[in-house]
Amino acid sequence: MTKLTLEPRSEASAFAPVLVAALALVLTCIGGAVLFAIYGVSPIKGLHAVFVEPLLTTYGIGEVLLKMAPLLLIAQGLAIGFRAQVWNIGAEGQLILGAIAASILAIQFDGTTSPLLLPAMVLAGMLAGMAWAAIAAALRTQFNANEILVTFMLTNVALQLLYYLVTGPLRDPMGFNFPQSISFGQSATFPLIVSGTRANASLLLGLGVTIVAWVFVRYSFANYKLSVGGLAPGAAFYAGFSSKRAIWIALLVSGGAAGMAGVGEVAGPLGQLQRNISPGYGYAGIIVAVLGGLHPVGILFASAIMALVYVGGDFALLSVGVPDAVTGILQGLLLISYLACSLLLTMRLRWAREVPA
Amino acid sequence: MTEPILELQGVTKIYGRTVANDAVDFRVEPGRIHAVLGENGAGKSTLMKIIYGVVKPDAGQVAWNGKAVDITSPAHARRLGIGMVFQHFSLFETLTVTENISLAVPGRKQELNARIRAASARFGLDVEPDARVHSLTVGERQRIEILRCILQEPKLIILDEPTSVLPPQGIARLFETLRALAAEGIAVIFISHKLDEIRALCDTATIMRAGRVVGVVDPRRETSKSLTKLMIGREVAAMKSRRSGPAGSEVLQVSDLDYIPENPYAPRLEKLNLTLRAGDILGIAGVSGNGQDALTRVLSGEITTDPDRVVMNGAAIGAKGPAARRKLGLHFIPEERLGRGAVPSHSLSQNAGLTTYHAGLLNSGFLRLGARRARATAMIDAMDVRCSGPEAAAQSLSGGNLQKFIVSRELALGPKVLIAEQPTWGVDVGAAAAIRQCLLNLRDEGVALLIVSEELEELMEVCDRIQVMFRGRLSPSIRVGETDIEHIGLAMAGDFDELALTDD
Repeated sequence: MTKLTLEPRSEASAFAPVLVAALALVLTCIGGAVLFAIYGVSPIKGLHAVFVEPLLTTYGIGEVLLKMAPLLLIAQGLAIGFRAQVWNIGAEGQLILGAIAASILAIQFDGTTSPLLLPAMVLAGMLAGMAWAAIAAALRTQFNANEILVTFMLTNVALQLLYYLVTGPLRDPMGFNFPQSISFGQSATFPLIVSGTRANASLLLGLGVTIVAWVFVRYSFANYKLSVGGLAPGAAFYAGFSSKRAIWIALLVSGGAAGMAGVGEVAGPLGQLQRNISPGYGYAGIIVAVLGGLHPVGILFASAIMALVYVGGDFALLSVGVPDAVTGILQGLLLISYLACSLLLTMRLRWAREVPA
Repeated sequence: MTEPILELQGVTKIYGRTVANDAVDFRVEPGRIHAVLGENGAGKSTLMKIIYGVVKPDAGQVAWNGKAVDITSPAHARRLGIGMVFQHFSLFETLTVTENISLAVPGRKQELNARIRAASARFGLDVEPDARVHSLTVGERQRIEILRCILQEPKLIILDEPTSVLPPQGIARLFETLRALAAEGIAVIFISHKLDEIRALCDTATIMRAGRVVGVVDPRRETSKSLTKLMIGREVAAMKSRRSGPAGSEVLQVSDLDYIPENPYAPRLEKLNLTLRAGDILGIAGVSGNGQDALTRVLSGEITTDPDRVVMNGAAIGAKGPAARRKLGLHFIPEERLGRGAVPSHSLSQNAGLTTYHAGLLNSGFLRLGARRARATAMIDAMDVRCSGPEAAAQSLSGGNLQKFIVSRELALGPKVLIAEQPTWGVDVGAAAAIRQCLLNLRDEGVALLIVSEELEELMEVCDRIQVMFRGRLSPSIRVGETDIEHIGLAMAGDFDELALTDD
């Protein structure tokens, strides 16, 4: 008689992370199929709408690339902190601050044709995201305040700040009292990279950050110290690596990346500052970072898959008529499946022979 | 030959590619004290886990009282009459002795109190039933564990390295208790790697090597040398002897150090004074938990103090952290290997850099991976570390091999001062001898060393001077050769007057 048992892997398998992500995707599809069946939609049609339809047209691909940009930026930043066990859950808030800072520049210098405006906006967005995350870093290092709670709560503060600004100081005076800013000029928006789509150059920013993250993870001493602190705090202490410094680096890097993602939204598809600037990219970025195994290359693929789910959800809404909450459910399923399957990163399944009694 | 109470035949347990137990035959008779002897990784703990129902064997039979059984859980083992005293105690510090015992033994408090007192008297296990555990010494805590075991009326008691936490006097008392248990017909399995203890106490010894039983002998008729040979399969080279010349200049001083730890149960350090000299080894003796951990952290820089409390070569370094001290040539080998001395999931290459990056492994903030790998390889070669290569994960090495790697790493940069905490704890005999020889060689090269150890024999063997630590205080230093183990043992129990004071 045999039965299925779990036992620890004797060495880490290089193949396992890919396998686990693929398995999570399969489980998500199964969950999605059940969901569609409950809505009375053919599971095949539903899954086709989510995972295939967006890739059949140039426009669809463009939408996927458009959504991929902020996810990629945010997740690459978050992953560096997550590896050090510093949990920035407030990328959404840092994204908002980045968007606000960039918008202030765009509004202030409206009408300029200077090619420096856009880079200045990116820089301002990055600094604003860093500053927002720095609040959490300061509270954590000075008062040992939990950064998970602080970053999360600061997101709500950021939202209130945004609401105040778009209904007050930054509102378009000619905008019939709509809570939004003026539309940005051409020199304050990212150029499109694929004609006939909305995909813009902020994706290139994301790809650039990916390369920098890869080099940072593989070769930098700073990342080595962060990872030691995350994997074995006692060893970091013994080696003399400062844990405060690790917290600062982790939060500043992730905050800066999220701030740039915010610039990509207001200087991209939105073209102005509004009340709704992110469909939860800051939170989805957490899923992307985890799904990508906290590895820069893994995150590249994970961000594409997550972006596909975002766009596919919209497509399913139109073509098979399921509510747009399906997007959120599929994202949640993906994370839960991945976390469940990640047991297989350190353990393996084996058919074991029952011991004769 | 009497009927065995427990008999294992052909027991095999395989973890992945490692055969932890390979067709092990093992029999224990009632009223006997049976030693299980072997190096780390020889399969002793796996065998005990099988007997105690923690793991299931892949093949083989277990017979209890002549009947085949399938021990499915520790609870099942206890119902059969098998008790186990673990190396690490599981007691609630805020509860009293009786309350702790009542969690495992049914009965009303009054009744239990009486039973505890009776068993205490019968087996020489003095302990006050109403005392709270946090106020008790390690020896007393161990007695609670044994009492808890005995009150469940076992027929077999397993003790996992019970002497490793005791001072010499405590060991003698434990032996009396175990002999009293055996006299009542209880079988005792005694796991240890201290050969003299086994020869003094046990009637039978089963010796294991690489998952197999390589011999069942009467340890009283063997020498330590013959047992060692059976255990590791070869002879251990004799140690080169102690220092010939006088000690060199003073290299590091700790003066009037006070420290209050955050943990309220850890002892506070009071007015500590010590001096390390070039070409001299100072040993810190004492039962662990008397402040050694804080002392080594103060020396390594993990705990910082006023600058003047720690002075190295004339410079006040008390406020400097570990990295800054390492640049000055002060290296530290911590007791915990995985998680402190090394990052478990990192490769040996990555771990090679943990404390040596500042010396040539960085190029303006970036890692020199090739140089790091070369250095790891050199560290592996220097101490004959058994591993699959520099890319092997630290956690894949046996405890002894990882310790050899860490020692090799801390020596790689040529330290001026070396602090070593329990350098051979849990390390097999061969590796322990290599590490001790290494420390002696460093001494001869003029390095100032400090060794913290619970094993007095080890300190007497390698140290030039010894200071005893008890409840956060340090005795004055005493030359090895001007005292004996008994006197140091008394000092370890707090009686510093017993030391012939010859502070230099």
